[in-house]
Amino acid sequence: MSRIQTLFQQKHKRVLNVYCTAGYPELNSTLPVMESLQANRADLIELGMPYSDPLADGPVIQQSSAIALENGMTIARLFEQLEGFRDRITVPVILMGYMNPVLQYGFERFCADAARVGVDGLILPDLPEYEFETEYGAIIRKYGLDFIFLVTPETAEQRVKKLDKLSSGFLYAVSSSSTTGSNKQMNSVQDYLQRLESYQLKNPVLVGFGIKDRESFDAACAHANGAIIGTAYIKALEGAKDVGTATKEFLSTIV
Amino acid sequence: MNMQTYQQPDVHGYYGRFGGAYIPEMLHPNVEELQSRYLEIMQEPSFQLEFRDLLRDYVGRPTPLYFAKRLSAAYGTNIYLKREDLCHTGAHKINNTIGQILLAQKLGKNRIIAETGAGQHGVATATVCALKGVECIVYMGEKDIERQAPNVARMRMLGAKVVAATSGSKTLKDATNEAIRDWINNPSDTHYIIGSVVGPHPYPDMVARFQSVISEETRWQLKEKTGSELPTHVIACVGGGSNAAGAFYHFLDELSVQLVAVEAAGHGVNSGLSAATTALGKPGVLHGSKSLVMQTEDGQVVEPHSISAGLDYPGIGPLHANLFDSGRGQFLAVTDEDALRAAFDVARTEGIIPALETAHAFSALSQLSLKATDQVVICLSGRGDKDLATYMKQMEMMGI
Repeated sequence: MSRIQTLFQQKHKRVLNVYCTAGYPELNSTLPVMESLQANRADLIELGMPYSDPLADGPVIQQSSAIALENGMTIARLFEQLEGFRDRITVPVILMGYMNPVLQYGFERFCADAARVGVDGLILPDLPEYEFETEYGAIIRKYGLDFIFLVTPETAEQRVKKLDKLSSGFLYAVSSSSTTGSNKQMNSVQDYLQRLESYQLKNPVLVGFGIKDRESFDAACAHANGAIIGTAYIKALEGAKDVGTATKEFLSTIV
Repeated sequence: MNMQTYQQPDVHGYYGRFGGAYIPEMLHPNVEELQSRYLEIMQEPSFQLEFRDLLRDYVGRPTPLYFAKRLSAAYGTNIYLKREDLCHTGAHKINNTIGQILLAQKLGKNRIIAETGAGQHGVATATVCALKGVECIVYMGEKDIERQAPNVARMRMLGAKVVAATSGSKTLKDATNEAIRDWINNPSDTHYIIGSVVGPHPYPDMVARFQSVISEETRWQLKEKTGSELPTHVIACVGGGSNAAGAFYHFLDELSVQLVAVEAAGHGVNSGLSAATTALGKPGVLHGSKSLVMQTEDGQVVEPHSISAGLDYPGIGPLHANLFDSGRGQFLAVTDEDALRAAFDVARTEGIIPALETAHAFSALSQLSLKATDQVVICLSGRGDKDLATYMKQMEMMGI
């Protein structure tokens, strides 16, 4: 059983997944940020691999990616930083990024290195299910990694079920049709989350996009297994003198 | 086994190993709706009728196929110019925006977004939105807004809202990112009019079909003039590749016709300031399709350079990547300097001031060994009015 599956066996409610950008705010912040997230009750860590053209992201995460790239972050350097991180971090870790840098690194080499250092799963929002089924899914499975698809309020029932079937670990329910960090209201998502609940999916559901405080976290958790916070946390790290303190202060307002 | 065809992608949008629809789930409903309906809508008689009427009466088609006598003499061959520069708004771009606005209306979309680099596609989009009374938002890189003030003014006069893309390198690639983000945030009422044969399936095929009127006309016009529908060469410039796709389309599976795609070498292919994607790019994913992409070793997309804003793009349509990969197309690169020289040559030989993009296609004439019996068609994709500032600077340097 994967580390992510084990987590959801032990915890069904209010699972907190926090997104951070690798190499942000400083090149060598990656590990300290991850350690502080674990220390402050994050159940999962979603580690973003910076990309020059992050289509699904709003301005805040784009900016953190641009800074990380300026800091010199690359996939190769990230795997160097992650070498041996399992000695210090026990929570599941997911790599999130876009196809182009992963293809350039070599898809299989990427999966092999991710599995070797102790990464548990992948989110690649621009890897479509056709290519997943015909080409990449087998490679991901070969290295024992979970793969998490996204669904949105606009995703039709049959498609939600299909993407759930293809996913392992959890299913990522995007709260509204938007890029990350949008201000669309959370209360309108209850119908959608209840609808997902009624499908009796095989995977747990985590809600992301627009989760920024306790209120939105509570709203997301009402009809899902937990939620994902990204933009609000990146904002909290902006200009922080000490990532540990910033993380502690931020997460104390959520859980 | 099926006959090899270069013209159409497979059902998943692949031309050889390039194409597809690499999009986040948030775009899936919009893209799937297009995928499942574009062919059916384009084949409806009412659509075809209005499309053809507008191309004739509003755009001014068919555009002439003009035998360029003095240019032919200069190169010792026979050169025909397909005069897309005579289209309304001054370039081929409007063939596609007319088609897509009609399609958007059939889909019930009442809000149009577009990206633009130099502003030609933005102007062509703003034009058809004014024609149909539809809201229009054009994303344009902050740097391009500064560099292309007249086209920004045109779009505004036509009633479009021009929004500055301030992320990344603040040029065409980033304007495209912003347009895609807008589409993600407006999933039900908005149609995205992409200006080139790029983007997720079905855009490359859809835009190529709308532009294919160029080669459709070329065939019968050439037959009228020479007795044969088939030229020996078709030459077109390529950024994303929409005019080339249209100029090549009905010749793609006519293997006797040499297809010459001309990319922008900028300061030189290996200068570090270039936009010659097939020479410098590697397979990757940009703006929703797999194609050749100019990128760093780490897979970050790099900012290209060309004197011509319309060719200043780090990718290329998947159709063209396949023409390159398979050897069906011949890909040449022309520097800023050579393109400028060609623009002045054409102006003084034929009395036609071409767009800087098109000037690259003309410059390729000197890289080819053309025979007296050859019949060469050049797609004269746009006129040079928008490039006057650059041409004036050049004349100052030349002391004209």
